[in-house]
Amino acid sequence: MPITRDEVAHLARLSRLALSEAELDHFAGQLDVILTAVARVQEVAADGIPPMTHAVPVVNVFRDDVVVPSLPREVVLSQAPAAEQGRFRVPRILAED
Amino acid sequence: MSTARSTELTGLTAAQVAAAVAAGEVSAVEVTAAHLDRIAAVDSQVRAFLHVAADEALAAARAVDDRRAAGEPLGPLAGVPLALKDVFTTTDMPTTAGSRILEGWRPPYDATITRRLRRAGVVLLGKTNMDEFAMGSSTENSAFGPSHNPWDLARVPGGSSGGSAAAVTACEAPLAMGTDTGGSIRQPAAVCGIVGVKPTYGGSSRYGLIAFASSLDTPGPLARNVLDAALLHEAISGHDPRDSTSVDAPVPPVVAAARQADVAGLRVGVVTELGGEGYQPGVLARFGEAVELLESLGAKIVEVSCPHFTYALPAYYLIAPSECSSNLARFDAMRYGLRVGDDGSLSADEVMSLTRAAGFGPEVKRRIILGTYALSSGYYDAYYGKAQQVRTLICRDFDAAFEQVDVLVSPTTPTTAFAIGERADDPMAMYLADLCTIPSDLAGNAALSVPCGLAPEDGLPVGLQVMAPALGDDRLYRVAAAVEAALERRWGGPLLGQAKGLAAPPGRGEASGTGEAGGIGR
Repeated sequence: MPITRDEVAHLARLSRLALSEAELDHFAGQLDVILTAVARVQEVAADGIPPMTHAVPVVNVFRDDVVVPSLPREVVLSQAPAAEQGRFRVPRILAED
Repeated sequence: MSTARSTELTGLTAAQVAAAVAAGEVSAVEVTAAHLDRIAAVDSQVRAFLHVAADEALAAARAVDDRRAAGEPLGPLAGVPLALKDVFTTTDMPTTAGSRILEGWRPPYDATITRRLRRAGVVLLGKTNMDEFAMGSSTENSAFGPSHNPWDLARVPGGSSGGSAAAVTACEAPLAMGTDTGGSIRQPAAVCGIVGVKPTYGGSSRYGLIAFASSLDTPGPLARNVLDAALLHEAISGHDPRDSTSVDAPVPPVVAAARQADVAGLRVGVVTELGGEGYQPGVLARFGEAVELLESLGAKIVEVSCPHFTYALPAYYLIAPSECSSNLARFDAMRYGLRVGDDGSLSADEVMSLTRAAGFGPEVKRRIILGTYALSSGYYDAYYGKAQQVRTLICRDFDAAFEQVDVLVSPTTPTTAFAIGERADDPMAMYLADLCTIPSDLAGNAALSVPCGLAPEDGLPVGLQVMAPALGDDRLYRVAAAVEAALERRWGGPLLGQAKGLAAPPGRGEASGTGEAGGIGR
């Protein structure tokens, strides 16, 4: 089941990766080779085998709801790409039209 | 401090450094300064470090000396320098995970591992190079250029914890921390000729570890000998309420096991599927001798088949990319890290896509796309779902094997260190470096690599992998310490004593090795 260049372009859009035309060409070939190799998992007869999501079977780990100090605002904002009025400044999130 | 004394200090083991500091024979400041000198002398060639925190390290060392002067009790690693993989957050050093997207980032908090090391009086020298977000087996995927194998600077030091392995090998630090997701501690340890351990999943905290594949990521120690690795293993381990997958159980007695160093009566299984075709002859030769050695030390050797291990690599390259595609969604150019294209006209969505395209390297992009594919509706059952079932079957293979034997052994890697550039743009060839190490990551059990000699065809180190059931970490150390002691008796000293180049003990310079690790003489 080969993966096409168009599919790679679609996946890149879904993953928020603005790939160049050259990257799309390059990755499409490589991903096809990788997918063919990993598709071997389909050879294993696994009817009725439960999926394993995690190495340690722990569920619902709770802790007491105790208030602890948050990180200082100025320390956090000092690492932001842009900050304004004590908040993160972000590019516009709504389109004009 | 004289040069000779400085050189001598960088050759000491972590246990020796701690003992000398505790006895007042040397100050922690002297030890730290000696290692900073060594870094200054060799790291322009090895390139193990992305950041060296000289002032902070000397201040931390001074604090240890002050505590000793005040008569306070010191822990077993107080005053020992350590190189920290640049994937653990540190408030006083940048944390990049080898990526442009985090270049210069100063985390607002310390990882649990970082905090525990500081509390133990361990001196953090700096942050080590790695494959970007720990995705790779050579450090060639670092945005900041590759590290070099101290045995041969034209070769890779392995990865992703390659900077940590190279730093320890070149005596820039006696200890280092790495992380293992598919073999990223054991594989670099093997190709650099040192000891590397992947503890049981959940035995060491992931809090403050920049996530790659959360169901697999496991922090662990690298050192030049088994006892040092055990001391570090014990110092960082134990339950952490800030990591919900942390195991709330006593830390296995790894230091006691390293001191026991006895395999008499132990049942050792050789995994049929991890060997044969595709393995370098010198790797198989040294591995075979290590098995004979274990038998001569009183272990009972049996061959064990784990039929689903041949599907571990494909399952891993579906599970790890799937988890990575989800984890790396947090790099959205909004709260920290790189932002490009924010010119007032582009939307948040466009800025995000441009930033991720500019900030991530090729391997990270490939894995994000692969993971997004495997998790898409329509492909989920055939890829991700199937890989999770294979993971169950691999666990069952381990369970069946551990009913017959106490530990399993294999070569750590199919080949010795390969040349820089050889596999850089051939992802499948690169992935094969983790062939033997991946099963233990998928099962979440404990595994270790210990040097077992040099491959005759290229004179480069070979690693013996030991695997134990979950929370059976102490068994790894019993076996590895016994092998290490027996081989050092044969060789007349540690493997690194026979090394060439910058892996040779400091002060011996470029003198070539004359020992017996290249062929076990009797």
